[in-house]
Amino acid sequence: MQISRETLLRSYRAMRTIRAFEERLHREFATGEIPGFVHLYCGEEASAVGVCANLTEQDTIASTHRGHGHCIAKGVDVGGMMAEIYGRKTGVCRGKGGSMHIADLSKGMLGANGIVGGGPPLICGAALSHKVLKDNGVAVAFYGDGASNEGTTLESLNLASVWHLPAVFVVEDNGYGEATGSSYACAGTQKDRAAGFGMPYMECDGSDFFAVHDAARDAIDHARSGKGPVMLHVHLERWYGHFEGDSMSYRAPNEVADAKKNHDCLESFRERAGQDKLLELSALDEIDAAVADEIESAVEAAKQAPWPEEADLMADVYVKI
Amino acid sequence: MTKNLTALTMPKFGLAMTEGKLASWTVSPGDTVREGDEVADIETSKITSGYESPASGILRKQVAQAGETLPVGALLGVVADADASDEEIEAFIASFKADTEEEGGEEAEATNAEPRVITVGEHSLNVRDVGRGEGVPLLLIHGFGGDLSNWMLNQDVLARHQRVIAFDLPGHGASSKDVGDGSVTVLAEAAYELLKALDIPKAHILGHSLGGAIALALLRDYPQAVQTLTLVAPAGMGREVNAESLREMVEADRTRDMQKALQALVHDKSLVGRKMADNVLRVRRLDGAREALRTIEAACFANGQQSIDMHPVLEAARIPVTLFWGEEDEILPVAGAKNVPAHVAKHLLPQIGHMPQLEKTVEFNRLVEAFLEKSQVTA
Amino acid sequence: MSKKSFRQAINEALRQEMRRDPTVVLMGEDVAGGQGGSSGVKDAWGGVLGVTKGLLTEFGENRVLDTPISEASYIGAAAGAAATGLRPVAELMFVDFVGCCLDQIMNQAAKFRYMFGGKARTPLVIRAMYGAGFNAAAQHSQALYPLFTHIPGLKVVVPSSPYEAKGLLIEAIRDDDPVIFLENKVMYDDVEDVPDEAYTIPFGEANLTREGDDVTIVAIGRMVGMANEAADRLAKQGISCTVLDPRTTFPLDEQTILECVEDTGRLVIVDESSPRCNMACDISALVAEQAFGALKAPIRRVVPPHTPVPFSTPLENLYMPNADKIEAAVKAVMMQKTREVA
Repeated sequence: MQISRETLLRSYRAMRTIRAFEERLHREFATGEIPGFVHLYCGEEASAVGVCANLTEQDTIASTHRGHGHCIAKGVDVGGMMAEIYGRKTGVCRGKGGSMHIADLSKGMLGANGIVGGGPPLICGAALSHKVLKDNGVAVAFYGDGASNEGTTLESLNLASVWHLPAVFVVEDNGYGEATGSSYACAGTQKDRAAGFGMPYMECDGSDFFAVHDAARDAIDHARSGKGPVMLHVHLERWYGHFEGDSMSYRAPNEVADAKKNHDCLESFRERAGQDKLLELSALDEIDAAVADEIESAVEAAKQAPWPEEADLMADVYVKI
Repeated sequence: MTKNLTALTMPKFGLAMTEGKLASWTVSPGDTVREGDEVADIETSKITSGYESPASGILRKQVAQAGETLPVGALLGVVADADASDEEIEAFIASFKADTEEEGGEEAEATNAEPRVITVGEHSLNVRDVGRGEGVPLLLIHGFGGDLSNWMLNQDVLARHQRVIAFDLPGHGASSKDVGDGSVTVLAEAAYELLKALDIPKAHILGHSLGGAIALALLRDYPQAVQTLTLVAPAGMGREVNAESLREMVEADRTRDMQKALQALVHDKSLVGRKMADNVLRVRRLDGAREALRTIEAACFANGQQSIDMHPVLEAARIPVTLFWGEEDEILPVAGAKNVPAHVAKHLLPQIGHMPQLEKTVEFNRLVEAFLEKSQVTA
Repeated sequence: MSKKSFRQAINEALRQEMRRDPTVVLMGEDVAGGQGGSSGVKDAWGGVLGVTKGLLTEFGENRVLDTPISEASYIGAAAGAAATGLRPVAELMFVDFVGCCLDQIMNQAAKFRYMFGGKARTPLVIRAMYGAGFNAAAQHSQALYPLFTHIPGLKVVVPSSPYEAKGLLIEAIRDDDPVIFLENKVMYDDVEDVPDEAYTIPFGEANLTREGDDVTIVAIGRMVGMANEAADRLAKQGISCTVLDPRTTFPLDEQTILECVEDTGRLVIVDESSPRCNMACDISALVAEQAFGALKAPIRRVVPPHTPVPFSTPLENLYMPNADKIEAAVKAVMMQKTREVA
């Protein structure tokens, strides 16, 4: 099925924004100005964007500790995200959450998550909401190969099948859970795990936006049409460490270089767009420039933004005491 | 007995009271007391109240000691004339104890009537119907935010001579919460329907506060059903009202706030304990209860004033009417009694707040009994 | 108004709220109890102790959901559903099972609102049974309310009677924050007058079940009944007690506790939970910090020993607080004097 020009432009912009956002964080983190720790999504952009291109604002996603990409793909405000990462009052979570807890429920973004395997149970609940409220929505859990071994994830696959939920489980398999390879840590295969819980399994190359988009469309259509949950296994490569400052001593010296050279989703998107005459490259260049400006202003604004105050400390622990 | 020996007994305050604690004696043996004087403080789980002597004489003996918890009807002490001998007092105590053991069952039956819910038109009304007798029955109508327990110190006493019916108004107590437009007309209609449902063609009506205005509306709309009117600090006699207190009585959601709100009802603030506030809150927290009261508030006390004028009805009344008002009323000022027509027998009570029936129980009950008795005779 | 058991009071609260609000859903192991069984009766159990009986029949399978034995997934699902438009009431059966799903409560539901800068509402109720006295042994008898009370973002309710249970559960369901609602398993057949209508009891306001002059007894959940029993006996011996039921361990009605201690000058705290870092410790610290000057005697705590809950009846009896122990503690504080400070 043809992807609309509008979707393509929007998706390219989202991928470029994620890339620029993360590259800039990589640089800024090194200056020591960013508090806490951040996990970058560079190299994995097509996964978040390819999936979310098939979702509406009403649909729900849950993300991981590596959540910036999912947030941007689901439409969370980039300036607010940057300010959040800088710990400022203007942040999307008012400086209370930071990189690992960016959320915007008004956009159907149920939060990045500091707990590996935290998202899949929540997505069962979000899917239940869609089902009970009959709003035709689907709920998508993004989780890594590391989280695929968590009991919460396996329990959620079971529950989603038992309850026949409109849920999609997207395994973002970048080959490492922190520093430990998935070839060591994951017994069997994701495919067999899906089969074990009686749900359809699909897989795709996560560096190819078009492949992710089409697989995700099938998976999401399946769930939305009331046929129950699906697993989508996305093969990815992570360009940076588990967190910023990780020396990546556990990876072969050429592994990341090769990924950047041969598996860059933005480059492959531009190639395909040019070859198939889907978009003019000049339009994509314009997007690149606009995104660069956007990120620059986001960082500048974040650095200038006020810190939270003492009154914010006790605010929003409860709706009402 | 020629020596006027009178038993002081544990009073029954309210429906559920089966026992009470004699908190303290406020008079000592040998002191002279007059009927209506407070002689002891009684504590129950709901209220602390002064116990007033039912007779004049000398407190000859304190049978119960402060701190003792005793069943309703138990002997607390004896009031008698000075010339009664100690032996006579002791004999009286012995015979009292023997009598109550025999009569216990009957007494309990007469006064322990539990309220029941009956369907009256569109309402389910919680009704406590006690007492027998030949006379015209008496209907008690409580005020805004109250319930039938407002009559806990009156109903059983008045029921010695006639049938006495207390009920929770629509929107109040355990009655259903639909109050229509919240007007006295609607509430009076419910009271009238209740009389019909109980097969009572004509009744004495005793109304307190908003219940007074409802009583007048009943006379206006169903004159054939009203034998006499007893109005206690009635609404509709002036413009002024303590709207702030009424609002708190509706909206307060914490015991301490409700206790404070209820204290505006009485002159002696110690009468309103925590438990009393808790009991009011239990009723307030029922779904729909606050909304019902807000509706009535909007209909009867809009913009911080009384918006109903029942004065013309009172002017036109051709039946016996009596009026009680506490001079220290903080809810509806006693000034409302000023313009009452001359045919109304007025009782203005010094050092009493908005609830004379609770604060000046013995005198109130006696005056009401006398009024009803007189009108029975003239009728 | 009619006599209802603790079990009926909870069932009625659930039923009335489900009728009032179509977003209220129930989930838990065997809350219907019968899905997939060979009898074909889907509403077979209604919870292991029959508390949710009949609700599946009235509200259907979309709103009364039997779950697999899979606490992490369905408690997490309840949190996710709460954040996305439903008002789930999840039953954890025995609170001891929280070990299997603490992350979903502690790191997810409790923290959404704060982490997300005030942009989340998580109207979630988790019901569970707690308490010893049932020969249920160490993994089915704990009183874990201090564990939840410790976690910012949670509200914790421990009702002490059927009337309290109904009003507090309706309040919990209507509340927009995550609420842990703990039911003492020994109390399900306790009976008292409970209004037929729906009603609420606000959180954070202690209930004074009796007022006295000599000693304040703060008691939690099932301990309230025992404290009242002890207070009845003590009254006959001339010692009058205030008995205070906090109803919720968070929010805690500090003001009323302090006022009562100011009035009586003596404090006994009865807490069924393990003695280290429990509510008795917490309330002791509160009073030591803010009402030290009012104390006429040291604070006494009536708590179990620091052991797992034993199985065998005589051992469990030794373990549990009871009216005798409370009575002894009150007499002890009446005998004691604080050290005179020159």
